[in-house]
Amino acid sequence: MEKYAVYVPRLVQKKEKFAPGHRACIGCGEALAIRLAFKALDNNIIVANATGCAEIFASQLPATSWHLPWIHTLFENTAAVASGVEAAYKVMRRKGRLVPENTKVVAIAGDGGTSDIGLQALSGALERGHDFTYICFDNEAYQNTGNQRSSATPFGAATTTSPLGKKSIGQFSWKKNMPEIAVAHNIPYVATACHSYPFDLMDKVAKAVATKGPAYVHILSVCPTGWRSATDTVIRLGRLAVETGVFPLYEVENGKYKMSLNLPKLRPVKDYLKQQGRFRHLSDDVIQKIQDRVEIEYQKLLEKANYGSKTTKRKSRAGAGKVPA
Amino acid sequence: MTTRVGVEVSIAVADAVKMCNAEVIAAYPITPQTHIVEHLAELVANGELDAEYIPVESEHSAMSACLGSAASGARTFTATSSQGLALMNEVLPVASGMRLPIIMAVANRALSAPLSIWADHSDMMSVRDTGWIQIIVENGQQAVDNIICAFRIAEDRRVLLPVMVHLDGFNLTHVIEPIILPEQSEVNAFLPTNKYPLPLNPDKPVAMGGFAPPVIYTEAKWAQEVCIRDSKEVILACWDEFGKVFGRQYHPVEKYHSDGAKVILLTMGSISETASVAIDEMRADDENVGQVRLRLWRPFPFEELRQAVKDAEIVIVLDRAISLGGPGGPVASEVKAALYNQARRLKVVAFVGALGGRDITVAGFKNMIKKGIEIARTGSKNEYEIYGVRE
Amino acid sequence: MAKPESEMTWRDMEIGNIVTEPGSARQYESGTWRSQRPTYDFKKCIKCGICQLFCPEGCIEQNKDGNFEANLFYCKGCGICARECWPRVIKMVEEEEK
Repeated sequence: MEKYAVYVPRLVQKKEKFAPGHRACIGCGEALAIRLAFKALDNNIIVANATGCAEIFASQLPATSWHLPWIHTLFENTAAVASGVEAAYKVMRRKGRLVPENTKVVAIAGDGGTSDIGLQALSGALERGHDFTYICFDNEAYQNTGNQRSSATPFGAATTTSPLGKKSIGQFSWKKNMPEIAVAHNIPYVATACHSYPFDLMDKVAKAVATKGPAYVHILSVCPTGWRSATDTVIRLGRLAVETGVFPLYEVENGKYKMSLNLPKLRPVKDYLKQQGRFRHLSDDVIQKIQDRVEIEYQKLLEKANYGSKTTKRKSRAGAGKVPA
Repeated sequence: MTTRVGVEVSIAVADAVKMCNAEVIAAYPITPQTHIVEHLAELVANGELDAEYIPVESEHSAMSACLGSAASGARTFTATSSQGLALMNEVLPVASGMRLPIIMAVANRALSAPLSIWADHSDMMSVRDTGWIQIIVENGQQAVDNIICAFRIAEDRRVLLPVMVHLDGFNLTHVIEPIILPEQSEVNAFLPTNKYPLPLNPDKPVAMGGFAPPVIYTEAKWAQEVCIRDSKEVILACWDEFGKVFGRQYHPVEKYHSDGAKVILLTMGSISETASVAIDEMRADDENVGQVRLRLWRPFPFEELRQAVKDAEIVIVLDRAISLGGPGGPVASEVKAALYNQARRLKVVAFVGALGGRDITVAGFKNMIKKGIEIARTGSKNEYEIYGVRE
Repeated sequence: MAKPESEMTWRDMEIGNIVTEPGSARQYESGTWRSQRPTYDFKKCIKCGICQLFCPEGCIEQNKDGNFEANLFYCKGCGICARECWPRVIKMVEEEEK
């Protein structure tokens, strides 16, 4: 990453849009991801938040952690609420009512509120083409209610509703590919990010918000409480998720895929899995199954990124090989 | 200069919304509300109404989009019916709890199962306790007038609550009635611009929808209750003003020959007009009967109801909805509750009928009143009477 | 909001329970949660700010010497800063019993 190892205060705005004193768990990856995402943006934003970890730990009445206008209503309707805000601002601006120029609408939700109960509202809002950004903070289960499985829970993970037992190895289905679902809606910008690559995350969020029309960003947020890992391994786990190919970082701009990171060789998934209590029970064949599937999915992604570019060399962040003019 | 024109009530309701300059319309189609939202879509597409029309993918999202829009300070409208209202059920208390002015026209239709697209009040009754102000109309003119009043009531700084205007599906939505549409200039003068006091705005950030731990939840709910109770004053004042400007006066309880009547029939909705004819015919036969029509359902008009029935001995209530396994008619239950502690206790006879679009004729009403008087005299082993079922 | 919740009356509630003071959660001392605390050897600090970037609380500030230090009012003691600090300036120690 180009901006690595440089003076942070010169690169990142000082103002915290998300005040400390919030009630997130110790070492919460989602709190970190939210903090970083909003550092990439200015104050001319309205935030619509779904019920979930991020909403609960920031909004115990009579206080709030937010320095931005913020609305929470229900669990599954963030994208619909954001549509309403976007439409209201559009018409009020047109009619000459006093509203600021260029206000952006950002909808944030967890993995449950996006890929499960919130999928309908998200699909509707993306299809209608509202000018908003939807950010999914994915901690891979319904963490706020105590680690119940969602469709974003990875295969083999033990959660309270997909527990380990004599007849079960944990989560029985493969993680739902939300970024692909977003891409299928033909929206101008889709990206995946992780808080362990903060500058990449900030660039992507800024780009998503600046895009005209709907944009979708899927951010892996490590949850040490739910994933049963040590509170200080949050950044490390995010890096491992990316380096093993379990959570690839990429962008899709108007249907064109682009990998954010050049990984000549993927680390074995075992490095990632063994650090988390939720995977500790997995036998070697299950781990091999996961390894095989991760490699297939990663290969598919690489092929999409290379599609139609037989004459162009793949751009490489690590700087290996010449980049064409 | 206003003329009376023959127009389908749904179209007139959509025209009323247009005259009120609604700014965001988020709606999902459902029989029998479709003509309202279709006409609104036409008006927006033709540029006759400068609004954002969001064709949402479900009623739940329709009401959710309305939440976002009202919270931003735009004038917001939606319409639904029956199953759609049931699907929105989760969002309705959020709208009232968060004090967001949203106007919704409900084309009353029976709830499934079995599926029925025809008129009754079961959908209205299923959302009794959601904290919305609820007004019921009996004809197209009242629908148009109360849509205009609804915007003014909802957005009033002292109220800031969402309002439902109930009109019977098909019996009203799909009939052509003679309606006077007010002049645009009159409506503009009557309706101030929407100025929501604490909208979502980056210049002055607010946080809406935090969670309340047990230590303050009761206070939050009580504040909401005091607000809806006190809104009655604003509603009455609005109707008075409307009466002065447009010449049509509305009341929370409409009385029809009820002063001095010993037997009163209480009805809601369009079926009241048929019942009025029955009352006229019976009075021509020197029967001492009268009618009371409930217009304001929430906040419930306790004083006005008690005043309207003070001379009566028998109140016969017709409900177009049934509380299964319970006391039968929701309206009858509420009337009984309102009258329970009075010094002189009246006899209340509850009838449930006209469900799922079944009509009751003039003769039917006369029969019902006779039967009601009989039951008041002899008593009944039933909690309520079901009218018109073939045994 | 000056009043504690247990003393607020229904009249004190804002319409729709809207919170009009942005960032009012700053009053909450989340530092009471921690069982370990960061300690610093600032001789090694290169003032890169990576710890400030990675703090989930956002409570790391530059002190007057330009070194980055956690605000113990909010610090929950997760240890991410200690783990990510390259020159190993930060060491987590157990909070002692008072």
